[in-house]
Formats: sequence, structure tokens, C-alpha cells
Amino acid sequence: MNLALAPETLARWQFGITTVYHFLFVPLTISLAALTAGLQTAWVRTEKEKYLRATKFWGKLFLINIAMGVVTGIVQEFQFGMNWSDYSRFVGDVFGAPLAFEALIAFFFESTFIGLWIFGWDKLPKRIHLACIWMVSIGTVLSAYFILAANSWMQHPVGYRINKAKGRAELTDFWQVLTQNTALAQAFHTLSACFLTGGAFMVGIAAFHLFRKKHIPVMKTSLRLGLITVVIAGLLTAISGDTLGKVMFKQQPMKMAAAEALWDGQHSAPFSVFAYGDVSKGHNSVELSVPGILSFLADDNFDSYVPGINDTNKAEQQKYGPGDYRPIIPVTFWAFRWMIGFGMASFAIGLAGLWLTRKKFMLPQHLRTGDDEVPHLVLFRNKALSPKLGRLYWLVAIWTMGFPLIANSWGWIFTEMGRQPWVVYGVLQTRHAVSPGVSQAEVLTSLLIFTALYAALAVVEVKLLVKYVKAGPPELTEADLNPPTKIGGDTRDADKPMAFSY
Amino acid sequence: MELHDVWFVLIAVLWTGYFFLEGFDFGVGILTKLLARDRPEKRVLINTIGPVWDGNEVWLLSAGGATFAAFPEWYATLFSGFYLPLLVILLSLIVRGVAFEYRAKRPEENWQRNWETAIFWTSLIPAFLWGVAFGNIVHGVKIDKNFEYVGNIWDLLNPYALLGGLVTLTLFTFHGAVFTALKTVGEIRERARKLATVVGLAAAAVALVFLLWTQVDSGDGKSLVALVVAVAALVAALVANQAGREGWSFALSGITIVAAVAMLFLSLFPDVMPSSLDENWSLNVTNASSSPYTLKIMTWCAGIATPIVLLYQGWTYWVFRKRIGTQHIAETVH
Repeated sequence: MNLALAPETLARWQFGITTVYHFLFVPLTISLAALTAGLQTAWVRTEKEKYLRATKFWGKLFLINIAMGVVTGIVQEFQFGMNWSDYSRFVGDVFGAPLAFEALIAFFFESTFIGLWIFGWDKLPKRIHLACIWMVSIGTVLSAYFILAANSWMQHPVGYRINKAKGRAELTDFWQVLTQNTALAQAFHTLSACFLTGGAFMVGIAAFHLFRKKHIPVMKTSLRLGLITVVIAGLLTAISGDTLGKVMFKQQPMKMAAAEALWDGQHSAPFSVFAYGDVSKGHNSVELSVPGILSFLADDNFDSYVPGINDTNKAEQQKYGPGDYRPIIPVTFWAFRWMIGFGMASFAIGLAGLWLTRKKFMLPQHLRTGDDEVPHLVLFRNKALSPKLGRLYWLVAIWTMGFPLIANSWGWIFTEMGRQPWVVYGVLQTRHAVSPGVSQAEVLTSLLIFTALYAALAVVEVKLLVKYVKAGPPELTEADLNPPTKIGGDTRDADKPMAFSY
Repeated sequence: MELHDVWFVLIAVLWTGYFFLEGFDFGVGILTKLLARDRPEKRVLINTIGPVWDGNEVWLLSAGGATFAAFPEWYATLFSGFYLPLLVILLSLIVRGVAFEYRAKRPEENWQRNWETAIFWTSLIPAFLWGVAFGNIVHGVKIDKNFEYVGNIWDLLNPYALLGGLVTLTLFTFHGAVFTALKTVGEIRERARKLATVVGLAAAAVALVFLLWTQVDSGDGKSLVALVVAVAALVAALVANQAGREGWSFALSGITIVAAVAMLFLSLFPDVMPSSLDENWSLNVTNASSSPYTLKIMTWCAGIATPIVLLYQGWTYWVFRKRIGTQHIAETVH
């Protein structure tokens, strides 16, 4: 059979497309839930109207996003059974548990309280309504944790034994699956990246409005919140990425070597910022590389020995039998760089923004701005940036919105492709994981339909986002400012329209 | 009762919860075409389930996830075997969720009408296909000695399973109609009750045939009891509906669904997916289940989480307990 259309290849494309697509919405959902909750908390505590308007504005964008996250998540729950039935049979005893926990503990939480939040503006007292969005936020984080623990088990299986008679892996220590260092590092890294994504989203949209001098008070607050989120989350993403890299170096040496396209092991291994030539053949005509950095990333020591792809391949052949244990090197090499590059770029742009728009007390009198003025962009002590440079910063800030999304996608592509040929590292190979009973035509059909539907929905979603971004924060109504005092709503007028209806 | 038996019951409970809750969701979605006369009425229908449909759908994800964890072989055989019907269900649920959330977000006539059409079809299709799927599970399908489904799509569209599809379709529509009668005010409430009678009678007819067929095929004493309860509750629901006792009618149509699902699972036990080729190749609670350790952990999780879920989901229904009518639907676009 043509390898390009082999069921395994098709199933992998389908998993890749549906999962990367799903993960465009997940980080925005996780971070915007918490950021919206933070803004709503500010409203409840200070009663400043700009916070409520910001809550409504970001809440709307959050809802447009979570709708897509929820529906694309349904596919995730079932496609293991559909396309990966041998995987499911082999690992279900271990892998199924965190998935079921996720549904029973996190999904119910999220999905129930999101309904209460959407429809609850005129049905719930202020503080209870606020608690609902926090519940949603907790649900999203819990859900991420369980699924990342499950994925970490695929990267580094622990807490299990192989039952030869039944031909499957069996769980022996669930706590270990949930708390192994891979899971902790991966959750830390992924969640920070989620907040980097949401922060950059906020910065981009706030910059868009401030650039056009619109909705200034709300957008100024949002810009600040976004910038602070980007800087903190960006820093945490870098730190946790470093931790995860070291964990990976010990647990999956092939992935680390593949990240650098380091063919032969060496001391003081370099990190190439850019390589040209055929990285897949080991003849990198490298443009720019910094010696010792890979060693440092792997082991905290600039001189450490990092085993290369060839060494590791030989070692794995000895351990697991004949075969090729190399992932596709150009993919891992570039994915690793694009992940770091786009992630760090958004962090740097955020850091610059935070400095440029710093608060009044750090600025001379003539550069300070009121609540309803666009902040001056001040690079050095006494002078605002020229209009040209200022314009450039706003434009860059708008574009930054997309950077973490790109970084997230490549991060997943790196870690999943870098684990190949394994689906569960050292335990089960991907080619043994597909559904034997599912035909090529069936996989191809579902691959094409999912891709087409997802593409169409992307267009719909982005157009809707643009519409509501452009519309800006809504004006507040009487009802917004007078939330009910009783659960179920105050019954002054039985025929009053609902504050929100589909 | 061993742990895998407990989990057989728990999976049944999760599916029952799903069909009870999303049953009326699907029904309401179908009624947007059958019952609503204009857009405001459609919106009344959609908004009766607006705050809750998402939480209701999680019962499906839980049933799926729990099957994966507790009966990996069942999960693997079922979803790889019923590939195309499941694909259609998934596509429907994707479009349906987006339709609810996005329909009111633009004022254009085309936009709103298209999403309304989507809500109808994406409610109707899964309502029918779940019945087909469960019909096949209970009836048995071509499973080989490696637990692989070796039939094709046409084998799944057999008369018994198609009848099962009609049962869920009519029953869910009836359930949705009595739910609508319970949750709305005004003229639409009266029409919902009238329609409920018609759909309920149709549901009673197909359900009786299907359940009797199941009883003869694979039933025992216990399943017979469930059958009697299901049919009696359906008849009582019709009577209550006729008498204008909407709360009772909804509770009884709920009991019908619970009893009907219970009957299917009772006639299934101890198999989870019988093979029509060879009895020895059937998946059952023993050969399809996870290890006792996994089942133990899952039991703790489900034992603690499920009652809490019921509490806060119940609270949601209480918060949104008021009936709604066209006067409660604002014109605005959100």
C-alpha cells in the first residue's frame, strides 16, 4: 500500500489536525476564563464600571472561543477508540483513568458553571455569579492537568506493569501517573504557555483599539493586564520549558538530540539558532550556533556530554531490537525553534510594552496620561517614541496576538513527533496502535470531513471574533448595574426579557 | 457483586443520565421545526435548554471516558466498529454546539436561519443514531476472535437497530415536548402538550414493539420488569400530559427513558457487546474490563464525583426554574 495513504499515516494526520486545531482554543479558554474572572472580581470589589465593561467584552470573546474548544474536544474523547483501537486496548487500563477523571471532575464543572455564568447575569447575585466564572476557570485548569498527566504517561510511562497474558499495560500506581515529574513539568510549561497566549491575545486587541484611539479606559486597563500576564507567563514558560527540557533529556534522549539535529554525541553541545542545509542528513551548514547551550539546556552544565541521534538510535536498537528509532529530524529541529522563537518573541514584545507604557510615577509630568488618554510610549526618560516608531510598536503588538498560538502548535508537534516511532515511549510503537478493523477509506473520509468542517468553522469563528473585537466593550444597561439580590432573579416584573438569550 | 459488575451498572447510569438529559435537549432541537411557528418561538425553545445543554452533553463524554477506563476492549471495539455512525454523531454534535452559541451572534437572516436548520438536523440525527447504535450493541454484531468488528456499515442498518433508532427518535421528541410544556408559558405551551400526545402515541407504539422484540431475543425476568415499567410510565406520562399535569408528565417520560435504557442493559448483561458470529467471541464484563486496581480507583472517583455533579446540575435547573415565553426573549444580538 502507498505509504502516504497507509491507515497509520492517515490516522496520524487526523490526530495531528484535530488536536492542534483543538489546542488553538484550549489555551485561550484556560487563560481568558481566569483573566475574565479577574476582571469581574475587580468589578465586584471596586464597582468601577470599566471593569464590568471589560468583563463583558473579554467574556464575549472567551465564549466565542470556548464554544469551539468544547465541540472539538468531543472528538478528542472518542478518536482513540475510532482510529487507535489497538492503542486503546493496550493502554486503556492506565490511560483511560485520567480521561474519565477529566470528564467526571473537570468537564462537568466547566460545562455546568459556564451555563450558569452565561445566563446568570440576571438570575444570580453578584458574588455567586462571580463564583461561577471562577468555577469554570478551575474546571479548565483541572481538565488540562488530567489530560497532560495522560500525555506525560505516553512520554514517560510510570506506575504500570505489562500483563503479558492479557497483552496490555496495567495501572499499578495512579498517584505516580498524576504526580511524576514529567506531568508536573509539562503541566507547568503548558499552563504558563496558555497564559502567555491569553495575555498576548489581550495585548493585541487592546493595542488595536488604542492604536485607533477607541474605548481607551477599558482598553488601557486590558493592555496593562495583558502585558503583565505576558511578562509573568512568558518568564514562567521559559523557566518551565527549561525544566521540561532537562526532564526530557533524561527520559527521552532521542527527542533532545532531534531537537538540535545533533547527529553525533559531544561534550559542550551547541545550540544552533539557525541552520541551513540538509539537517535530515546530518550535513548542517550551520549559520549561527552557540557552543555549550544544548548541554546547558539538557543538563545545567555547559560542558556536559549530550548523546547524538546516531548513538541513541544504536542504544535503542540494542534495547528494543532492530529498527529505526529516529523521528523525522527536520520536523523536530524546526518545530523546536519555532516554538521557542515565537514564544520568546511574544515575551520580548510584552516586556518592551510594559516598559514603554509604564506607570505615571516613573514618568516626568508632561508624559503622564489620564485614564481616557492613550498612553505615551516612552523609551527613555524624557521623550516619547516618534509617531513612526510608536505606530510600529502598536502594529507589532497587534501581530503578537498570533505568536503564542504558533508557538503552542509547534510545541505539540515537536513533543509528539519527537517521540516517534513510539506512541508510548519504549512500550508501544505507533504503527501497532492503529485500528486494524478500520479501512483506509473510512479514515480518509473522516480525515477529509473533519478538515473541511474545521476549516469552515475557523472562518466562521474568526469572522465572529473580528466583529466583536471591532464592536468594542458594550455600554452598560440599568440591569447590568443592578444585579439581582436573590437566586433565580428578583421577581419585580414577570415578563422582563432575559438579560441574555440565545 | 464484583467491581466489573459495579462498573457495568455505572456505565449504564452514565448512559441513562445522558439519554434522560440530552434526550429532551435533542427533542427540543427537533421541535424547533415541528412546533415553533416563527423565530421568537424557536428562540423560546432553544432558550429552555440554553443554560443546560452543555452540562447535559458531558454525560456522554463521561460515559465515553468511563468506558475507556473501565472496559477498554468495549471502548475500542465499539468506536472502531461503529466508525461511520459515530463519525456522523460527532459531526452533528460539533455543529450543534456551535449553532447554539453562534446563532444569535449576528443579525443577518441567512445566518440565523442556517443555524436554526442546523439545530434541527443535528438534534434529529444523533437522536436516531444512538438508538441504532444501542440496538446493534444489544442485538450483537459481527465480532471476530480478536474482538474486532468485521461487519460493514450495512450490517449495522438492520431492521431491529433501525427500529431502535425510531424508538430513541420518537421518545426523545416526546420527552422534549413534555419538557417544553413544563418550561414555557403562552400559546406554545398548549401546542407542545398537543404535539406531545401525538408523538407520545407514536413512541409508545414503536417502543412496545422494540422492547418486546428485545425481551424475546435476549431478555430475562429482570428485563421484563423494566419493560413493564417503561411502557407503564410512558402510558402514564401520556395520561398526565392529557390532564395538564406537566411536572408529572415530564417525570414519567424520564422514567420511561430510564427504564428503557435499564432494560437494554439488563438484557445485555453480562455481555457488553455480544458477537453474532460465535458466543465465545462476545465481549463481556470479565474479558473487556480493566484490572481491579483501575476499577477500584475509578469507583472512588465516580462514587464521589457523580453525586456532587447531580447536586450542582440540579441546582442549575433550580436557578433557571422559571418558565419562559416570547416576551422574555429580547430582540438584541449578543
